[in-house]
Amino acid sequence: MQSNAAMEYDYSIVKLYMWTTVIFGIVGMLIGVIIASQLAWPQLNYWLGEYGTFSRLRPIHTNVVVYGFMISGIFVGFYYSAQRVLKVSMGESKLLMTLGYLQFFLYLIAASGLVISEGMGITTSKEYAQMEWPLDILIVVIWVLWGVIMFGLIGMRREKALYISMWYYVATFLGVAMLYLFNNMEVPTQLLSGGLGAWYHSVSMYAGTNDAMVQWWWGHNAVAFVFTVPIIALIYYYLPKESGQAVFSYKLSLLSFWGLMFIYLWAGGHHLLWSTVPDWVQTMASIFSVILILPSWGSAINMLLTMKGEWNQLTDNPLIKFMVLASTFYMLSTLEGPIQAVKSVNAIAHFTDWIPGHVHDGVLGWVAFMVFATLMHSAPRVFKREIYSKSLLEAQFWIQTVAVVLYFTSMWIAGITQGMMWRAVDEYGNLMYSFIDTVNVLHPYWVIRAVGGTLYFIGLLMFAWNFFMTATAGRKLETEPQFRSPMA
Amino acid sequence: MFHWLEKNPFFFAVGVFLTIAFAGAVTILPNFAQSAQPIKGLKPYTVLQLAGRGVYIKDNCLSCHSQLIRPFKAETDRYGQYSLSGEYAYDRPFLWGSRRIGPDLHRVGNYRTPDWHANHMWEPTSVVPGSVMPAYKHQFTNIADVETAYAEAVTVKTAFNVPYGDDIKPGRAAFDAYFKAKALPAAMKIAKQMKNKDLIAKVKAGKIPEVVALVAYLERLK
Repeated sequence: MQSNAAMEYDYSIVKLYMWTTVIFGIVGMLIGVIIASQLAWPQLNYWLGEYGTFSRLRPIHTNVVVYGFMISGIFVGFYYSAQRVLKVSMGESKLLMTLGYLQFFLYLIAASGLVISEGMGITTSKEYAQMEWPLDILIVVIWVLWGVIMFGLIGMRREKALYISMWYYVATFLGVAMLYLFNNMEVPTQLLSGGLGAWYHSVSMYAGTNDAMVQWWWGHNAVAFVFTVPIIALIYYYLPKESGQAVFSYKLSLLSFWGLMFIYLWAGGHHLLWSTVPDWVQTMASIFSVILILPSWGSAINMLLTMKGEWNQLTDNPLIKFMVLASTFYMLSTLEGPIQAVKSVNAIAHFTDWIPGHVHDGVLGWVAFMVFATLMHSAPRVFKREIYSKSLLEAQFWIQTVAVVLYFTSMWIAGITQGMMWRAVDEYGNLMYSFIDTVNVLHPYWVIRAVGGTLYFIGLLMFAWNFFMTATAGRKLETEPQFRSPMA
Repeated sequence: MFHWLEKNPFFFAVGVFLTIAFAGAVTILPNFAQSAQPIKGLKPYTVLQLAGRGVYIKDNCLSCHSQLIRPFKAETDRYGQYSLSGEYAYDRPFLWGSRRIGPDLHRVGNYRTPDWHANHMWEPTSVVPGSVMPAYKHQFTNIADVETAYAEAVTVKTAFNVPYGDDIKPGRAAFDAYFKAKALPAAMKIAKQMKNKDLIAKVKAGKIPEVVALVAYLERLK
């Protein structure tokens, strides 16, 4: 990689998204801790009347962490790294800057609208697509703006070949656009009823089994194009940059990228195994889920081998720790998913805590760790200050690592326990347990999960403090650090 | 080829789009028409039941309850006949859920009664000791949005040919007539079965509490 010393980039939009990453992270994960505690201690459901129940808060938790924390973190990475790998500054185009600000403010409006409407119970009920049609339209506008900015920067680029991260950003843009549009096809109910009822209400274009198919085509691939593809874009930029190492293999990057693109979209049906969708769709989904291990591990191995010969950095640079553990958790998660997608395993795992357990080892261990590394590597370049505290970063790393382990181990045990109890029969073939027995047995695991979640949240607060202090009080830097981020 | 694509962003984007788009088309389209067919004799939801479905969605019951009985003996023993695709033909949106913190509800109408639900929604532990479900007392005071449910029925009748009768048609006058003639009497029947004086009094006064609509919906799940 060449030195960037000659170019000046514009970070005004990066800074805005940095703050929303931190704020939405705190809000979303705090709600996560609350709902985890509500399962362990149900009396916590009553602190806010009808607005404080587990059922109302759960989608707010998922949406704020996904669309608040993660998407903000991804935009930080995009607005920071796209300029650099394309060798063009946002500041060179007034139009792009204006669109960038516009995109950010519309994003704030959409995010607040999402929280408020879900709190009020205005929802389409579809997971990760709960927004009603007015918000859907706003989100399409935000996404199109992002596309215009991305292709605008690409059009102005000085570096002719697109770096690997750009492949993944382009794929994120296209994938989410396609899936989002199809999954949110809905008819506002005032349109055909002569203006009756709530103005924001709509009804899905698809019914029953078809609705489920489209929703999980979206639901699974939102995981692909939000939790996976753009995060790989981040690691392909930030790990080589922070370590000063070249990416291990170009061919492996190619194989993993095109493999992932080809295979991921088939796998959505594994959320619907043993349901009423056609058998052949379930089988295809199951098979492709297993094949998906190849491109997933391809990227992860490519990242780990990038550190070849430089593993000493792992001991003394906490940012390298975050990124290496992130790719390791990515490997764990992308092995666990295919296991759950095998039909016989899914028969036990589906509908149990093993599924949120799987989601969380991916998002806490992989996505969030990469977001932390992204913000912290960018901060010294954006604010021209040293990272405030290395020891705080180290402590955060270990606390959160323990937290993730507590989280997924307890959920694994809880999930398999409940799945086995649902099907347990006595010597006469009668069901052995009433449903409530299979719930009450989970209490200790739910307590452990709540403890794990709380620890992770504490780590997040340490990060927020460290980041705030870096931006405002870190020691001033005179020249931009080239690779390793300086920290006190 | 790949080197060339990386220098030509437009064709790169086209390539990515084609690679990701066709899997969805291949898996979703072939069975689309067939999967939309209702089983024989399936009736669309009444407006009161739709309003109850709205409450189910508003309070997001699907956070913890599935509506999908899988074809295993352990499931059919516990919940009844496994679910069939055609049973969902009028479900917009589908409400299968993804996590069973509570039991499946696809056939809950077969084995619970309105007055059991009345007690359960007011205080779950009174009928299920050890339950972790919160009480939904606000559903006893909040009034169900029957008008939006009616608008939904008109919409699916017009847009998707869901077989509703002639009494489902656009306009406020049609809604008011339907509300008095059909929704209120149906709600009164449920309120009486729920054996709750407050609820009966509210329905008598022309207002349908959320929990009455919800129970009308749950009773329909068979």
